[in-house]
Amino acid sequence: MKFGSAKRVVALAAAALLSAGVLTACSSGGGGDDGGSKTLNVTLANHVWTDVITKKISEFEKESGLKVVVNQLSEDQLVDNYKVKLNAGSSDVDVMMYRPLQVGKLFGQSGYFADITDKVNDAGDWNWDDFQSGPVGLTTYEDKVVGVPMITENEMVYYRKDLLEKSGLEVPTTMDELMNAAKTIKEDNDGVAGIVMRSQASAAVTQFSGFLYSFGGTWEDDDGNSTIGSDEAKEAYAYYGKLLHDYGPDQISTDMSWPEAAAIFAQGNAGFWIDASSLYENVVSPDKSKIGDQVGFTPFPEGPAGSKPYNVAAWALGINAASQNQDNAWKFIKWATSPEMTLAIQQEGVPSARTSVWENPEGTSSFPEELAKAINVNGKNGVGNDRPLVVGVAEAREIVGAPIVEAITGGDSDAAADAANKKFQELLDSEK
Amino acid sequence: MTTTSLNQLSGKERFSRWVNARRKWIFAAPAMIFTAILIGFPIGWTLYLSVTDAKGSVRSPADFIGFENYLDVLTDVDRFWPAALRTGVFTFGALAVELIAGMCIALLLWRPFKAQKWVRVAILLPFVATPVAIAMMWRLIFDPNIGFANRLLGWVGIPPQPWFSEPATTLPTLMFVDIWEFTPMIAIILLAGLTSLSDEPDEAARIDGANAWQRFWFVTLPLLRPVVLVAVLLRSIDALKTFDLLYVVKGQGGGSFHEAETLNIYVYGLSFKYNDFGTASAVLIIFFLMILFVMWLLTFRRKGAKL
Repeated sequence: MKFGSAKRVVALAAAALLSAGVLTACSSGGGGDDGGSKTLNVTLANHVWTDVITKKISEFEKESGLKVVVNQLSEDQLVDNYKVKLNAGSSDVDVMMYRPLQVGKLFGQSGYFADITDKVNDAGDWNWDDFQSGPVGLTTYEDKVVGVPMITENEMVYYRKDLLEKSGLEVPTTMDELMNAAKTIKEDNDGVAGIVMRSQASAAVTQFSGFLYSFGGTWEDDDGNSTIGSDEAKEAYAYYGKLLHDYGPDQISTDMSWPEAAAIFAQGNAGFWIDASSLYENVVSPDKSKIGDQVGFTPFPEGPAGSKPYNVAAWALGINAASQNQDNAWKFIKWATSPEMTLAIQQEGVPSARTSVWENPEGTSSFPEELAKAINVNGKNGVGNDRPLVVGVAEAREIVGAPIVEAITGGDSDAAADAANKKFQELLDSEK
Repeated sequence: MTTTSLNQLSGKERFSRWVNARRKWIFAAPAMIFTAILIGFPIGWTLYLSVTDAKGSVRSPADFIGFENYLDVLTDVDRFWPAALRTGVFTFGALAVELIAGMCIALLLWRPFKAQKWVRVAILLPFVATPVAIAMMWRLIFDPNIGFANRLLGWVGIPPQPWFSEPATTLPTLMFVDIWEFTPMIAIILLAGLTSLSDEPDEAARIDGANAWQRFWFVTLPLLRPVVLVAVLLRSIDALKTFDLLYVVKGQGGGSFHEAETLNIYVYGLSFKYNDFGTASAVLIIFFLMILFVMWLLTFRRKGAKL
């Protein structure tokens, strides 16, 4: 009896101790750094830019005496991670890589970004004026600079030189020619798709944007009313859907984002692939692609309203407003986006937002010549956004993406566009 | 002097008696308080959010709007009710097949045979693998263009099937993966139950001339009922909250047509993609009540069965 109760006491005491331990562990988890800690927490997305910079971080550590802890995540996880941590006011993110088009408005409105206006203006040689104005506009929230643009991208047509040659086709420059070339390639080559592009409702929206603009459509008019039910938009939806429905892969899925589409193209199973210019490594590099030496690049084709691909600042670096280590965070950003570093990274094939690097022949030498030319043309015609610029971007993408998949599966995309128009209008109204 | 010491002693005694009488509460208190906070706070916070219009950031000011969110959710026939229906179809469809298949496997493995150990380990393999890895594997197998499933069908002359790529076939294919993964768990639970049964009722029935089916239906199954209920309870809770498989295969919104959007996926999208914390919390509370109701039904039936 005595022994039994003693055992129970010990067991219960152990349980109490354990739970107390868990409690203290929990409470210390959210604790912040002391001002100007020597450890800098940097959160980066999986991207070619990140691959290059992580190799050079030891140089920065030596130079600055700081220890950099990199937390690397995929695009989706990255945003979810920010939303959880920043919502909780956590200070264990100092430098954050983010997508200005996707979350800029939301994070700005929620007060997640530190204001770095003075920092960029006082940086002297680092030269804030060197950054292209379009991207800078996207990283500015209510007249405050909140981020430094790192990577630009525009909509590129990738094609198979050998297949075009085999079918006696010219490189397409208009929407009609593109449709015809995709048709011919599909007919001439058994088991090869004419074209492959994104087919998942929200993922496809960004690539669809170039088609929308080139057919003369937009997301919303100047008064903030939805215009995706317009005739131009309906034509664009129908065209994008027809390309994939008729001349896409035999078993067209509605789940493809860029990795799936790129894989099909890199396996040699498609004649064309239309996606962001910054992704070219995935289909050119011999490790990833069977047809790397056959890939050609051409500017976005002309529609009834001309050639209007998107040309945007895809990624930027910002500082967490709750960070206790903002000065060191700025040191890191300044280093990572310095003219020298930008040049070095662009030489690895990552298109940057600095004007000087594009004017420097060294800056463009690493790109395939055709690609650099096409980027240049797209850059001149380009539109500065590739998705509806609202707070609820994810919701908006699902809404305006629905007619795309409807068209891809051979459904009535006009009716879907009307339905989407109504929903998008409701979303726009709710944000007014 | 003596009086004081007596008084002290009795005071000590009284205290120790008081402690002794409430020993179990006092020692359990830290753990109970800890658990209560851990369960109570999130539910309380969710309840609070569900009656506000919290949007964008949880820290930005939100207004109290009463039951508006609940009303919105319960009248939402676009997303909420289809998602609720899918949750039910997925859970109970998969559960039914898992129970029947699990019972068959358990009966096969019941009587000792050679290599029994190895077979038991082999059927457990799908269950012990990480769901995310399993989901990625099946996604590859069922890929419409390069997947092994369609190639296999091609060898026997059957045209490629859409599997995950068409809204109508997506949910059944997902249920198939779930069944593949969790039937072993049911089989193991039922097998444990079967091996603990005594042989006598079965022998008695055999002597009375009952055939194999009659012995299973009228003797083994009723004896096994508590174990079956445990398996159903565990598995249905687990299946109701399936997230990893659906999210890995179909992603945000349960695919382009929301074809695999269950309540879990819907809530995830509402809170982490749309940042609509008020509505998401309302859906969670409703989902919570639904689960409580289902569990109550199951346990209530169990009590009824005992009578």
